[in-house]
Order: sequence, then structure tokens, then C-alpha cells
Amino acid sequence: MMPSGSSFDRPFLQVTDLAVAFPTEDGLVQAVDGVSLSLERGKTLAIVGESGSGKSVTAQAIMGLINRKAAKISGQIWLDGQELIALPQNEVQELMGSEIAMIFQDPMSSLHPFYRIGDQIIEAIRAHRDIGKAAARSETIDMLRRVGIPAVERRVDAYPHQLSGGMRQRVMIAMALINSPALLIADEPTTALDVTVQAQILELISNLQDEFGTTVILITHDLGIVADVADEVAVMYGGRIVELGRTAMIYERPEMPYTLGLLSSVPRMDKVLPERLDPIRGNPPSPIRLPKGCVFQPRCDYFERVSGGACLTVRPELLPSGPDHFVRCHLRVEERQQIAQDVLRVLAGS
Amino acid sequence: MVAYLVRRVLGMFLLLFLLSISVFFLFNILPGDPARLTCGRACAPATIEANRHRLGLDEPVLTQYVKFVSGIFVGRTFSPDSPEPIDCEAPCLGYSFNRHEEVLSLIARAAPVTFWLAIGAFLMWIFAGITFGIFAALRRGRWPDRLIMTVSMIGYSLPSFFIGLVLVFFVIIKWQLLPFPSYVSPFENPGQFFQTMLLPWIVLATLNAAFYVRLTRNQVLEVFGDDYVRTARAKGLPERVVVVKHALRAGLTPIVTAAGLDLAYLLGGAIISENIFSLPGLGSLAINSITDSDLPLITGITLLTASIIIVANLVVDLLYAVVDPRVRIT
Repeated sequence: MMPSGSSFDRPFLQVTDLAVAFPTEDGLVQAVDGVSLSLERGKTLAIVGESGSGKSVTAQAIMGLINRKAAKISGQIWLDGQELIALPQNEVQELMGSEIAMIFQDPMSSLHPFYRIGDQIIEAIRAHRDIGKAAARSETIDMLRRVGIPAVERRVDAYPHQLSGGMRQRVMIAMALINSPALLIADEPTTALDVTVQAQILELISNLQDEFGTTVILITHDLGIVADVADEVAVMYGGRIVELGRTAMIYERPEMPYTLGLLSSVPRMDKVLPERLDPIRGNPPSPIRLPKGCVFQPRCDYFERVSGGACLTVRPELLPSGPDHFVRCHLRVEERQQIAQDVLRVLAGS
Repeated sequence: MVAYLVRRVLGMFLLLFLLSISVFFLFNILPGDPARLTCGRACAPATIEANRHRLGLDEPVLTQYVKFVSGIFVGRTFSPDSPEPIDCEAPCLGYSFNRHEEVLSLIARAAPVTFWLAIGAFLMWIFAGITFGIFAALRRGRWPDRLIMTVSMIGYSLPSFFIGLVLVFFVIIKWQLLPFPSYVSPFENPGQFFQTMLLPWIVLATLNAAFYVRLTRNQVLEVFGDDYVRTARAKGLPERVVVVKHALRAGLTPIVTAAGLDLAYLLGGAIISENIFSLPGLGSLAINSITDSDLPLITGITLLTASIIIVANLVVDLLYAVVDPRVRIT
């Protein structure tokens, strides 16, 4: 699961030192700052972080959606033995919608308001495969049925505005999966939906993933939905991955203070919290002036425990902290494990 | 759909009815005596009174209005008790006693001029405006965009009479590239028609094109940021399809409807351009009728222009429902 690895035995998806920066009038916006991760075929990785953490930009870079003229991209993205960043635009375009597909946050605005949903999916099929309209249509109807659209024969000719948000997201999922992509990127697929619908959509993605053997990257700011669906979790902050590990590891033995903060701010139904919800104080750093040392240092409660003020001056690296667990923190391992235990104990209400 | 149309058409008639009342009464309280204007400088009071009676101006305003409206539907006869009554068949918009002609036939003669002027200018500005607008949007922030935006800002800032006079001075008088404008029907003499219309078209198109360049550019840029354009890209569609089928289809819809209204507005007469280039269109006719206090003609032109705009509004609304499935006509 880790950044390193020989070129012979590459995992299905491997991202190495990915950096994305947007030049603006105010300066260079460093949206993604050296992200490395890898993922085996058929697994699910959740990228968790708050707004501006760089999770969506990371996803769009993998997808190939970042406008190369408007942004500076560096690093490598290997998908199934092929490096994507160096690919010419027309080959990226061939991969988009066939090998890699994406579901977006807002199903209300992600479908074209002027075209029937069936036609929009048919267009996705015929962008990559040379098949007739009738065949594409029956395939579309088939897929819409599989994602749970009722009365498909009628709905296939509906316009997006005639469907509910949940239905539209199902249409988006059908559109994304129609060409059996190897990698599905779901960028906050449930954020815009009602809570009851959220669970249905996540379950649908999960079921279809099993059925098609799809590898999934789930982008979310909601730790609450991650535990059930993800095999691995990457916590992002300030354009960097600050903690990476198997899902159980992140939930049960988190080490990075930011991850602890995220876990403390998740509302829990099953436990009565000793006090009110505990948000992380302060605001995320400006991507134009990222802190020199640790990006989380200005909001961290524990940076003074590190001797020599390293958190302010030295950029921490993402280092192993046990099997399948990587943490970007200057605190000594025993110390941060102790901190985590204390925080989790308070959270558990004991 | 049918109910909507019925409702809109009824509303249209109500609006025209109210408009005709206000136009009619407004012009009747204006200073200036139409009867006095019907005969020359030295005019005996008796003649004026006789003309007043012939014109029906001695009747109460309300009666005049009723006769005017009924004339539109069933026709009317002016000065019925004189030896030479004037028959004006329905739809009778009145009779100009200054010009000794029915208002409708005056309008019918001027309307084609304005029609050709408007259509030609419309095609020019839509083509130029949308083309350059898209071009600028696709090259946002780079020099072609800046150049187009600067030129359009200048074009938009120049008053049309200024552009018109400059063009007349240089192109016609100084360099003599075109003959002095003299309107003929395009079916009669296409060559002369185009020579006459070219400059007026350019003048009218410049102002509007400048506006449409900016409108198109903003629309396209806005739509490019929309989620469904990203979805189209994520499908792996070629950039050309993303731009034309997805972005422009959505971005140009409001432009098309705005253009419909602007065309209608122009069909009511382009007063400045028609005057500079001596085109005998509705704009010139309107100006002349006002300087002559030709009440029947003023009323007729105002009602016609208003009708065009009201009808265009309806057409544009219907058109909008055709191009945008979210708009439902009920």
C-alpha cells in the first residue's frame, strides 16, 4: 500500500509525489503537495479531509480532469502499468469514461439539463465503443435497472430535472459504470443527498464494486461513512497525506493529531459525549502560504512537545508507524500513541 | 399548452387595448392643433374649422377613440358628409391628412425598408458577436481575448450617430467607395440595395455586436465552470463535442432569446441610422410624423411597434420552452 515499490511489481494504482499547483494573481496555489499512495485492484480507498485539503484535486488529477494549461502537475500516476501524467491529451481522453470513471458531488448539476438521461448515457457508451444506437440504448436501460431506477422504460427518456437527487446520482453511477471502468472515483457522492438516500447510494456503489470488480477511490469529508465501505483510508490536510492506513487502523489506533481531531468532531449516535462536540480550532492553512514545517502545526495542540520547534521549521515525512500504517508527524511514536489513547478514551466516554 | 396560448394571446390583446388608450389620449392632450396643421400658413379660421369637422376632431375624444378602434376591425369612412368621402377599409389605422394617405399604406411602404435593415444588421451582429464571443472565451486572459474585449468596449461606447457620420464622411464623401445611399428594393436592384444598406447595417451591427461579444463570452465562461461540462469531459468526449454540444448548447440559449427581443425592437424602426442614411423606413416615418404632429400616423406607428414587441415576447417565451426542457408551458 505504500509509496515505494519496484517498477516490476507495481500495484494497480500507484501515485508518486503528485503535486498540483494553480498559478493565480495572488500567487501559486499549491493544492496538492506531494501525494503518494497505492491501491490494489478491487479495493476501496477513502481519501478523507476537509474543504481545501486537496482531496478533490488529487482525484481530478488521477482522472485527468485538471486543465494542464491552467495548472502545474508533477509526479507520476501509474494505472495498470501505464503512466498517466505524461500521456498526451487524446490518450487521457480515451481512458476517461472507459478505464477511469468519476461520480461527482452534486447530481443536481452534474447532468446536462437539456438532454434526456438515456441519451447522456448512450453518449458515454458511444464515445468509447463503436456500437449502434439501439444496442447502446438497451445497454443503457439494462444499466439503469441495475442501479435501481424504477420504471426504467419511462425514465430513460426523462430529463434530469424530472428526477429526484437520489435518482440522479443513480443515473450518474450508471453513466460512470456503463463502460466497466477499472477505477471508479467517487467525489463526495453522497454529500448533496438526504441521509437516508446516502446509505442507499453507498450500498449501491459497494454492491456494484463487488459485481464488476471495480477499484474505488471514495473522496469524502465524512468519516462517518468511511468505516463501512473503505479498505484503506488516507487522511489529507493542506495538500498532503498526513495519515494512511487500513481502515481499522485509522479508527482504532490513529496517531496524527489531525486525524484525532477529525474523529472527535464526528457526531456519535451510540455514545453520550462528556461535553459538546469538539471541533478542531482555527482554520485550514491558505494554500498560497503553506506553513514551512508541518501544515497542521498552527492548529495542533501538541506541537510544543516536539523539541527544537521542528514542527515550525522542518517538513515531516510520511513514515511507517507499524504494519500498513503511515503517519506524517514529528511527535515520537510512543508519545503520539499515548495522546491518541487519551483522546479516544475521552471519546469513548470512559 | 393550448390554455397557455389562449391566456397569452388574450393578455396580448388586453395590453394592446390599454396601450391604444394611453397612446390615443396622450397624443390628444399634447399641445398643437392637428386641424391647424392641415392647411398652409395663411389659413382662414373657417377652413380650419371645416377641416376639424372633416377630421372628426370636433367630436369628443372618447367618440374619436371608439371610431378609431372600430376602424381597425370594420373599417371606417372619413368625412362622410363631404362630397369626397374617404373610405378606409379594415384594418384601418387612420388617415393622415398631412400626407393625404392611409396610415396603413404609409407603414406598408416604410416597413420593408426597416425589415431589410433590421434583418441584415441582425445577421451581422449575431454572427460577429457570437463568433468573437466564443473565440474570446476559449482564449480567456490571453491577447486575442483582450484585443476582442477592448475593441468591443470601444464599439459599445461609440454612439451610433457618430459611427454613422464618420462612415458617411470617409467611405462615401472622402474616399467615394460607395455611392450616396438611395434605397431600392433588393428584388429590383440588388447591387444598389447592398451598396445602400452596407453602411447602415455596419452601424447598427457594431453597437449590438459589441454587446453580444461580451454577453456570449460571459455566458460561455460561466457554462464552462458548470458541473455538467465537467461530466461531459469525464465521459471522455472530444473537446470539440464538449464545447459545442454541451457548453454552447446551454450557454447560448439565453443569448438566442435576448437576440429575439433585440430584433423585434429594431423592427420597430432604427431612428438614427435611418435618418443618417436617408432610408425611408419606420424610424424616419416616426420622426417625421412627430415633427408634423401627424397624430393618426404617430398612433399607428406606435401601435404597430408595440405589437411587434409584444408578439416577439410571446415567440421568445415559446422558443425558450422549446430549447430548454426545464421550462414548462402551463
